[in-house]
Amino acid sequence: MSFWQDGAAPPTPFGRRLLPVVANEQVGAYRLLWMLDRDGPPPRAGQFAMIAAAQGWGGGVDERPFLPRAFSIARRQEDGRCAFLIEDVGPGTARLCALQPGEELWVLGPLGCGFSRAPEGHKTILLGGGIGIAPLMILQDTIAVEEALERSVALLGFRGRAHAQGASLLRDPVLATDDGSVGHHGLVTDLLEQQLSDGYPAVVRACGPPAMLESVRAICQRDGVQAELALEAGMACGYGACYGCAVPRRDGGYLRVCVEGPVVDAAELEQVA
Amino acid sequence: MIDFCGLKLVHRVINGSGTFDAIAAREVFGEQLAQRFPFSAFVSKTITLQPRPGNPAPRLWEAPAGLINSIGLPNKGLDGYIREDLPQLAQLPVPLITNVMGSTEQELCELVAACQAQPEIAAIELNVSCPNVKTGLDIGSDPQQLEQVTRAVRAHAAKPLIVKLTPNTADVAACAAAAQRGGADAVSLINTLRAMALAPGTDRPWLGGRTGGLSGPAIRVVALAQVAAVRAAVELPIVGMGGVQSAAHARDLLRAGADLVAVGTESFRDPTAAARIAAQLGQG
Repeated sequence: MSFWQDGAAPPTPFGRRLLPVVANEQVGAYRLLWMLDRDGPPPRAGQFAMIAAAQGWGGGVDERPFLPRAFSIARRQEDGRCAFLIEDVGPGTARLCALQPGEELWVLGPLGCGFSRAPEGHKTILLGGGIGIAPLMILQDTIAVEEALERSVALLGFRGRAHAQGASLLRDPVLATDDGSVGHHGLVTDLLEQQLSDGYPAVVRACGPPAMLESVRAICQRDGVQAELALEAGMACGYGACYGCAVPRRDGGYLRVCVEGPVVDAAELEQVA
Repeated sequence: MIDFCGLKLVHRVINGSGTFDAIAAREVFGEQLAQRFPFSAFVSKTITLQPRPGNPAPRLWEAPAGLINSIGLPNKGLDGYIREDLPQLAQLPVPLITNVMGSTEQELCELVAACQAQPEIAAIELNVSCPNVKTGLDIGSDPQQLEQVTRAVRAHAAKPLIVKLTPNTADVAACAAAAQRGGADAVSLINTLRAMALAPGTDRPWLGGRTGGLSGPAIRVVALAQVAAVRAAVELPIVGMGGVQSAAHARDLLRAGADLVAVGTESFRDPTAAARIAAQLGQG
C-alpha cells in the first residue's frame, strides 16, 4: 500500500527513528533489507529515507561510513514492513548489506517527492536500470492496488545475469541485459522505443544510471511523452539543509534532489549528467 | 535564560550558518519543527548582495569522520532574502541571526545596513571567509584587513555583530583580537577547514568547486584548540563549533571558553541533534 504524490501527505516524523531490521534477503547481486516501521506514515511511491546502521556505522575503509545513505523505499507491507534494495558498492552499502534481523537502523523519512498518477487513458511505462528498479517496485505495487496493472508495463535493464535476478521483484517485466545473458541483448531504452512505437498514449516513470535517464529524457522529449525521472545524488541530510544534492535545472539554477525530487518531471532538466 | 549580546536564549545550542534550512525543514516536517525547534537562535545561511546559484556538482565528499562540502553559498541575494525568506524566518520561535558575506568592504556595509533596517533580524553574523576581490586574500585571514572591515560595518549596525572567524589562517587569536578592536560584539568559530578530495583513480578534484570545507567530528579537536586560543586573546563572547555530536563535546567547547555552541554537520545526520544535545547539557 502506498499513496501517490498528488494526494495530501502527512509530514515526515521530525528526527531520525531507531527501527528494527526484520529480514535481509539475497536477490541475485542485491539485498532486500526489510525494517519494521509500524508508526511511520506510509511512503508515497518514489519517496526515500536516510538510513544508517545503529551499530558499526564508521570505522570501515577510510573510517567511513559517516553520513546516512539515501535509499528509495522499494516496498511497504500493510503491517509497516518496508524494504530497501541495496547493492554492496562501498563502505556504507557494505554495512547495510551485512545487517541481520535483531539489529537496528536509524531512519529519517519518508522524504522527498514521489511519482504522480498517469492521466486517464494512458499506459504507464516503468523503466528501470540496475538498482534503479527499487522505486519502481513500490510504484508497480501502487498501480496494482489503485489502477489496472494491465495498463502498465515494466521494462528493466541489467548488466548481466546476477543483477537480472532483481527482475523477480517486479511483476511480468520485459528484460534487457548488456551482455545478452537474459532478454534483449542491448539497452533497456531500445525496449522503450519499441513500446512508444505503438502510438498508444503513455507516460514514462524511470529510475537508473544517469546515462540511461538522459537517454529516456531525450527520447521522451523527442516524442512529446511526459516522463518522471527518479534521480540519485549524494546527499548529507535528505531534508533540504545541506544543498549538497543539487542538479542543474533547464531554466537555470539548481534543484535539490532531496526536497524538489527525487522524482522530477524530465522537462525540468536540460540533461541528466 | 541565557544572555548572549543582549539576545535572550533558552539554551546554549544554536546552528552553524548554512547547516539548516528552516524554510525547507518546515515544508518537510510541518508543525513539529516550530513545536520542537532544536536551536535557541537560528542563523541563516550566508546572504550575498546578488543571488548566487551555488557551485556545480558534485558538492559533497564523505571524508574520514567528516564531510567536505563545496556548496558555493547559493542564496536569493539580499532583496530575495528580505522579500521571500525573512517573513517566514520571522515566524520561528527563536531570535534570527542573519549571516552575510561580501567581497568588498562596501558590499558588506550595504548588507549590514540592510539587516539593521529589518526589525525581524536580531543579530548579524559576518562571513569573512571570502577572498577580497582586489588582494585575493580571505578578508578574515588577515588581521589588519579584518579589523578595518569590522570597523567599517560596525558603523552601520546597532544590532549585535558577530564575526565568524576562518580557521584557514596563521593565527586565529590575532584575527579574533582584530575583530574585537574593530568593534565586534562576539566571534564565532570555527568555519570549515579547506580540504580536497580526488575523484577515485584520477588526478582530478572530485568537487565541482575543486576544494571545499571540511566539517564534522574530524575537526572537533581543531575547534577546541582554536576556541581556547581565542578565549585567551579576547573578552568577547564566543560561539564555538566544530564536530559537536553530543553534550560532552559541547561541554568541552564551553570549558575551553565558548559561551554558545553551534551544531552543524550532526544536524545533517539527525535534524533534532541540537535539541538532544541542549537537553543533555541542561541536565548538567
